[in-house]
Amino acid sequence: MTALYRRYGPGLTGLILALTGFWIIFLVTLPQLDMVDYSFRPNLSMSERGGPNDVYTLQNYATLADNAIHRAIFLKTIWASALVTLTTLIVCYPIAYHLAQGTTRRQAALLMLLLLIPFWINEILRTFAWWILLAYAGPLNNMLVALGLIERPIRFLSGDGGVIVGMVYAYILFMVMPIYNAIESLDRNQIEAARDLGASPWRIHWRVVIPHAKPGIAVGCIMTFMLAAGSYAVPALLGSPGSRWFTQIIYSWFFEGGNWNQGSAYAFILLLLCIGFIFGVMRLARIGLADIAK
Amino acid sequence: MSQGVELRGVTMRFGDFAAVKGVELDIEGGEFFSFLGPSGCGKTTLLRLIAGFNDPTEGQVLIGGKDMRGIGPNGRPTAMIFQNLALFPLMKVWENIAFGLEVRGVSKAERRKRAEALLELIALPGQGDKQVSELSGGQKQRVAIARALAVEPQVLLLDEPLSALDLKLRQHMRQELREIQRRTGVTFIYITHDQGEALTMSDRVGVMSAGRLQQVADPQTIYEQPATPFVAGFVGENNRLLGRIGRVEGGAAVLDSAIGPLRGRLGGDLAVGAPAALFVRPERLGVQPASGTPGQGGHIPATIVSRAYEGAFLHLTAEAAGGTVLTVHLANSAGLPDLQPGAAVALIYRPEDAIILPAEAAA
Ligand SMILES: Nc1ncnc2c1ncn2[C@@H]1O[C@H](COP(=O)(O)OP(=O)(O)OP(=O)(O)O)[C@@H](O)[C@H]1O
Ligand SMILES: [Mg+2]
Repeated sequence: MTALYRRYGPGLTGLILALTGFWIIFLVTLPQLDMVDYSFRPNLSMSERGGPNDVYTLQNYATLADNAIHRAIFLKTIWASALVTLTTLIVCYPIAYHLAQGTTRRQAALLMLLLLIPFWINEILRTFAWWILLAYAGPLNNMLVALGLIERPIRFLSGDGGVIVGMVYAYILFMVMPIYNAIESLDRNQIEAARDLGASPWRIHWRVVIPHAKPGIAVGCIMTFMLAAGSYAVPALLGSPGSRWFTQIIYSWFFEGGNWNQGSAYAFILLLLCIGFIFGVMRLARIGLADIAK
Repeated sequence: MSQGVELRGVTMRFGDFAAVKGVELDIEGGEFFSFLGPSGCGKTTLLRLIAGFNDPTEGQVLIGGKDMRGIGPNGRPTAMIFQNLALFPLMKVWENIAFGLEVRGVSKAERRKRAEALLELIALPGQGDKQVSELSGGQKQRVAIARALAVEPQVLLLDEPLSALDLKLRQHMRQELREIQRRTGVTFIYITHDQGEALTMSDRVGVMSAGRLQQVADPQTIYEQPATPFVAGFVGENNRLLGRIGRVEGGAAVLDSAIGPLRGRLGGDLAVGAPAALFVRPERLGVQPASGTPGQGGHIPATIVSRAYEGAFLHLTAEAAGGTVLTVHLANSAGLPDLQPGAAVALIYRPEDAIILPAEAAA
């Protein structure tokens, strides 16, 4: 704060603080509080609002416990997001390691560019590309049939498989970047010292690289999990109708069921899940908020 | 006795650039051998060839008589201490030391015991549960040595391990390293660009320049009988006087220089008329009044340019005929002459204290 003041003087500092404050209070905090308020009230018609029935209740939250289908979808969203996170981690760790330690700077820059280019395209379009690839009469099926590996095309889409593949692809960068940054800062001599002392590649990763990269891995997992759990486009495009995601139920409460109160409650349950996941990962990795902020 | 290392025509190229050129050398088991050379001369590259991080482009590295080509660092009986130590910051001190044992599947209780014994050896008993970050520079140094010794290597490779320490600690660690080497009997291959370090610690020194091994000898020979002008100039201070061979008399010769004829030992195969350089160390030069008569020895008329009093020594710079600048170190023993800049003097030396070497063709 004092640094800001010294740098920009009283006028500009005041303006910066006012704008940030406005943003946080009016665009973040108040709408959220409004949502909380919504989630604890019953869904009433206009005329009943403020009447005797307008009381605080846990009813909207209880819906999830009572509705077996919603519950199943909620649990599916949890494990599928966890699976997406794990798969993304397994795919991304070697990429990040190779980028950070296995190549020259030039090669690393080139590889990074190749990773980035697809992300210049909108997420929906990229997901559509997967939809085309995985379609029943799509190129992947055609190729597998032509190679004689399978007899009949496989229905990749409209199931959890397609959704998970699509998400792993969509969130690769969010996993690669933090892990890359973490591994990049590892002194290469430490890897060589471990090798010199006789360690196998597995042990070098287990004892030297992964412990060092832990904060990066945690950040990557948290981001991927939150994006996966909160994703709407990928399951909508690659999963319907066989694979429903919790976000889709929230969406339908808001825009199809017209029950904002119920939608808010579900949205908060999802938020709590994500916060729980963050703390779970932080505890598992034994890291603090300060490590993540790095 | 530990195993020795043989280098047979070892050359290492990175693209077109040869960092190590045709090195031929036998390092004996249990020896303390130092490579000495300026920055970028290929010392680290050579050490990494021995450690197994790279295989040479040409030639062979043998350890204990066995060709090491194709065997990685984890398969060689060597352990390396890195220039920046490369301790594992996320492991405790004892875990660092025991890492090599952990790799070899030694049980935890046994690892702990062996780590404790090594902590004893490096004079840090009972400090195994500390974090690496809690250690001082010298302690980290010793932990790195213990970590390398834990795997009971035949050959310990040290890449300028003391360069990060301050002078006092460096001198202390020199003795300590030498002591550990004596006690363990492990072959030490030590890299440094600090000649004092190389001369005080080593059984033998190999002086390197631009990828080539210039001379291999014990410290005294390196200092007293440099084999090449590079060694003469790099190890210790030296005065260099250029000229041509005027006369050869057995082991001695006379150099015809801009100053006049100068006598010295002959340090190479030189015919009359060949370009050559005479080297004489600053501490081997004496000062006489200019009026004195030239005797049998070396005699260089000169003018004092500057003087610097340094307690034990008086450093003089003098300019001889032809503009050659010479340095003289006079020991502060018996009454120093009162020499001020501008004084005309004669610098004298005994011919056996000067050595005549072929002039560097290109360097
Ligand atoms: N992997 C590499 N690729 C290309 N050139 C290299 C490589 N490693 C070393 N070199 C070059 O080889 C030469 C010798 O390097 P080396 O690290 O062996 O020097 P050094 O004698 O250890 O120097 P210093 O005292 O500064 O550590 C240098 O010119 C360096 O640029
Ligand atoms: Mg080096």
